[in-house]
Amino acid sequence: MTISSFFQFVVLGLSLGAMYALISIGYTIIYGIIKLINLAHGDFFMLAGFTAMWAAIAYGVPLALALILGLSFTIAVVLIVNRFIYRPLRAYKMAAFTSTFAVSMVIQASVIIFMTARAKGFPHPAFLDTPIKIGNIVIPMVTPFIIVIALLLFAILTFLVNNTKIGTAMRAVSQDMEMVTLMGVDVERVIAFAFALSVAYAGAGAILWGMRYPAFDPFIGVVTGLKGFIGAVIGGIGSIPGAMVGGFVLGFLEIMLIGFFPEYTNIRDIFSYVLMILFLLLRPGGIFNVKVREEKV
Amino acid sequence: MENKNKARNNFLTIVAVIIVIGALYLFQNSSIDRYYIRILQYWGIYVIFGASFQLLYGYTGLLSLGHAGLIAVGSYTVAILTLEPSVKAISYLLRPPSPLIANVQIPFFPALILAGIFSAFFGLLVATPALRLGGDYLAMVTLGFAEVIRLLFVNLPALFNGSMGLRSIPQSANLVITWLIAILCVFVLKRLETSNYGRNLLAINEDEIGAEALGISVFKYKVSSFVISSFFAGIGGGLMASMLGTIDPNTFKSTLTNAAITIVVLGGMRSMTGVIISSGIYTIMSEYLRVVESPIVLGSFKFPGIPGARVLIFGFMLLFIILFMRNGILGDKEFSWDWLFSLFKRRDRKPSIVETKGGEQ
Repeated sequence: MTISSFFQFVVLGLSLGAMYALISIGYTIIYGIIKLINLAHGDFFMLAGFTAMWAAIAYGVPLALALILGLSFTIAVVLIVNRFIYRPLRAYKMAAFTSTFAVSMVIQASVIIFMTARAKGFPHPAFLDTPIKIGNIVIPMVTPFIIVIALLLFAILTFLVNNTKIGTAMRAVSQDMEMVTLMGVDVERVIAFAFALSVAYAGAGAILWGMRYPAFDPFIGVVTGLKGFIGAVIGGIGSIPGAMVGGFVLGFLEIMLIGFFPEYTNIRDIFSYVLMILFLLLRPGGIFNVKVREEKV
Repeated sequence: MENKNKARNNFLTIVAVIIVIGALYLFQNSSIDRYYIRILQYWGIYVIFGASFQLLYGYTGLLSLGHAGLIAVGSYTVAILTLEPSVKAISYLLRPPSPLIANVQIPFFPALILAGIFSAFFGLLVATPALRLGGDYLAMVTLGFAEVIRLLFVNLPALFNGSMGLRSIPQSANLVITWLIAILCVFVLKRLETSNYGRNLLAINEDEIGAEALGISVFKYKVSSFVISSFFAGIGGGLMASMLGTIDPNTFKSTLTNAAITIVVLGGMRSMTGVIISSGIYTIMSEYLRVVESPIVLGSFKFPGIPGARVLIFGFMLLFIILFMRNGILGDKEFSWDWLFSLFKRRDRKPSIVETKGGEQ
């Protein structure tokens, strides 16, 4: 492997990692606040990308509008799901957990029924295809574009969580929900906001994903959702910086595996899975060594 | 409570089992459409899937999304171990069969036991890391396992014949054998669930810290219940491979996991009777809803099928049950002979279903 192709793989790895990180954040936010792993998270990722794509392809909506439409539709869906399914079940842990799985089934099936089961090409602006040449390295514009957008979104998130009122409320709820309720914070609103935020970031990830890998099908959420979860575990579930770093690390390592051992391309999913198992065994707190709190019983 | 009617009840149970098996035997040898026999056989297999899932879900209180993967391990074990060497030599087109398996052929029953053992082994491999941090990660880790196991089948053609799958598996499991094994599994699991072991699992489910304080090793119990559940899932998978005769990696999509969850949620968290009833409902529903997914021609009108409709219906059904009838059909009530006889006794006493021991929902 030459230096230039190595550098190329680094950039590719970072862009894949950026998209994983956008998904990982959602798991971490929701788990951090209500100790629930949203099994439908990957499907919200798919839904955002798919509705945007469907609006653009089937109804000819202009791309920018379609993207906004896809995102807002998905956020509306998650708010409805949270209000009418997750919220009434919050006191029953197993039921809540199972309901997230049922929601995942319903979303996948609905997309197949009302849109299509076949993979479709994601529309994207032409300027993203222009190759950039730096010395011997040629990369399509879309790769650095993804990294820049993702970094921008991470900066916004960090600001939101650390410097705004709702962000402070989110952190407080994740510390001690009962106490925060006593302090007069509307916990339900904070949780709804957290769900909207988690899905918004996953949706942004889906749109970037569609621009990078144009084949988008209704089952894409299963494996990418799993990757996002692995990223969150690697970083340490519950920590937002952890999720970002974990996503980047996972994407980077996956691309490096393909770069150094092209014959293992088919088993990169197995590789990521084994990586997660190793982290769970050897460093359950992830890179950031998040203190895993004993669940309240 | 000492049950005075124990001898009578045991006798009645044995008679009932003999009658059921006899009826199935007659059914199998009658000239009835094979299609209905296949449905009945699916029912028996789904009973095993549901019952094995129930131990984990209803008793220990863990959600696993890897049942399809464990079933796949059992199915492939039986398929590879019972296929004739000559058939293997022809059907492994992508790569010649690995010398590990090329000349192996053992009878069905030892293969079935090995299927359970292999599944249990994989269950142990998955559950140990996943359960180190309580039970929250188990669902995602097992979901990943189900995906990974399919990838392994596809990418190790010398062992599993890749995406071509395996054909001409000897169909040793007929209707009677399937149900005999299903009944055996049900009895073993129910016995386990009502023993000290099962009560410890329930204690963990109700109050983990309390159970730990009482000296119950929460981690060990969680892992061992997962392993036992995997064992039975593997047995069910082995029966399925033998029934179908043809398997490939796509046979073990998440549909099987959905089935196990739906069956237990519908039937009742801790009711074996419920599992048996709901597996029947599930089998029949998923068979008849097939119609919705395939195109229908009525005279000159042609309605296109709606692919995905089954998953949508089962998904909504699951949500409905979870939200509005959280105990499913039977909750933790169990059929018992005492209850049956109490129906015929004096009317002034309110007939009540005898409850098994178990916590509140």
